[in-house]
Amino acid sequence: MFQLAPKNTKTEPMRDVLAKTLIELAKENENIVVLDADLIGASGLKAFQKAFPERTFDCGIQEGNMVGVAAGLSENGLIPFTHTFSCFAGRKCIDQAFLSASYAGLNIKMIGSDGAVTATTNGGSHQGMEDMGIFRNLNNITIVEPTDANMLRALLPAIVDSYGVFYIRQFRRCTDAVYTEDSTFTLGKGNLLRDGSDATIIAAGIEVPEALKAAELLAEEGLQIRVVDMFTWKPLDEELIVDCASKTGAIVTAENHCLATGLGSAVASVVTKTVPVPMEMIGVDEQYGEVGDLNYLMKKFNLTAEDIAAKVKKAIARKGR
Amino acid sequence: MLTKKEIKELNIFACEIRKATFSAIHGAGRGHIGGAMSMVEALAVLYGKEMKIDPKEPRMPERDRFVLSKGHCGPSLYATLAVKGFFPREALPTMNHGGTILPSHVDRLKTPGIDFSAGSLGTGISVAVGSALGAKVKGLDYRTYCIVGDGECDEGQVWEAAMFAASKKLDNLVVLVDYNKQQLDGWTKDVCDLGDIGAKFSQFGWNTVEVDGHNVSAIYDALEAARACKGQPTAIILDTVKGKGCSYAEKAGLCHHLDMTDEQFAQETALQDARIDALRKEED
Repeated sequence: MFQLAPKNTKTEPMRDVLAKTLIELAKENENIVVLDADLIGASGLKAFQKAFPERTFDCGIQEGNMVGVAAGLSENGLIPFTHTFSCFAGRKCIDQAFLSASYAGLNIKMIGSDGAVTATTNGGSHQGMEDMGIFRNLNNITIVEPTDANMLRALLPAIVDSYGVFYIRQFRRCTDAVYTEDSTFTLGKGNLLRDGSDATIIAAGIEVPEALKAAELLAEEGLQIRVVDMFTWKPLDEELIVDCASKTGAIVTAENHCLATGLGSAVASVVTKTVPVPMEMIGVDEQYGEVGDLNYLMKKFNLTAEDIAAKVKKAIARKGR
Repeated sequence: MLTKKEIKELNIFACEIRKATFSAIHGAGRGHIGGAMSMVEALAVLYGKEMKIDPKEPRMPERDRFVLSKGHCGPSLYATLAVKGFFPREALPTMNHGGTILPSHVDRLKTPGIDFSAGSLGTGISVAVGSALGAKVKGLDYRTYCIVGDGECDEGQVWEAAMFAASKKLDNLVVLVDYNKQQLDGWTKDVCDLGDIGAKFSQFGWNTVEVDGHNVSAIYDALEAARACKGQPTAIILDTVKGKGCSYAEKAGLCHHLDMTDEQFAQETALQDARIDALRKEED
């Protein structure tokens, strides 16, 4: 069961929680190994390396080889976690993730840091706006974007225990708690955070708190908005999407990702097949990133609560047309 | 060192592998004859002598692992596995037919005895490196063998893997480079000149041996030298002829992918039978 944290609750940075949780799990499970591609000082995994030097491999700047090596490691029962930035995880590793791991039926857990605008001052080259979409192409992959550090901590044991290929998008410096520390989550099941009957916002990652804010803004105008945290992008919680379409009659998706291959298109493919309702999408549309702080970039790419609220009103206006 | 009898037996095994490869390629009508033929002696030594395997238990945890990084050369690996009894020989002519267990490119989920999947060149060697590293992490003594194509060495990933393997001192890993000097579009020197592959692996920190890739005794000695080498992975550069042992492929010169007619199948099979007869008559 999950519970929303009181506003302005903080956590340790997500990357520190990643390392600490993996260390705890690795104490019990000697099959867990970690690979990084010269970002061990940035990923938080330096702490894991210190705790388990013999189970940590810094591959140097060779992301594709790292994922291939991870696939080879997993053949004898090891459970490798790889890390690089989200932009490289998607763009540089898809061949190895496809052929060496997924097609081959092996067991690797890929972590990509700082999706899209959360790469802030690393700029357009580093803002992986397409990582989740690239991995959506793999059959039977599990794609997760933990909403906060508490969720990442809670999900990791299930990720370790679930055989197969995973892509996990972490926001390294995230310290904003959306959930309480004792919340629990189920992979593949979206979280209904707030109920309402006029429309649903299906959000992920940094867009979840924005979606909650948008629902508050719209409540002031008398609109009752349902908010769902769809932290598992694949397999998608189709049952919940159908329920949202049926009960609220309009859906707005909100993601920190390009619209071409993102959560919005995944949700739309479910909606059009089941209960077609008006949909609008918040995300980055046919633009590459640029440098700036998070607030600037969220405004620049129309990812704010106000942007979401405007799209919700647009979707509601299209109802019944 | 192999005894004279062992050399003879491995040469006969190589002939059997070639015959069985013809059966697969003839069944498909065409295939990657050139690269399948050039690595036959290496397969004969690996599966006939070097590797710890059990055809009755293909996934035996303590077995040695094999990665065919040049994944398109599945036919002669399938032939080797069939002759060893991993699956019935009758499966060979079904290669590339719908529903087969023998796809053109190796797939660990389809074929008994295939340890890893390949087909996108450059990826298999990384998996082999991971397999060797995995043995070290778990303190297991199995070894990992990987055949890489020479054309495949155009891929940057080969050299990422080479650098990584040497830096992790993976002395339980042997990469055999099938230096047959051809790739799909022609001679390697014309397409993307490889330069001195052996020198490149040496520069990357590998124990490197260059041998006649059709001499089972030389291949075996190189594998023994690899076993004795501590603290470094070994690269064995197999000097080979693309299409070796398939007379019309050898005559064709460039022979990456060729048809095989009924007549060619009969003729090539008869040539191998004659070679087997001649080998059997040699003194032990």
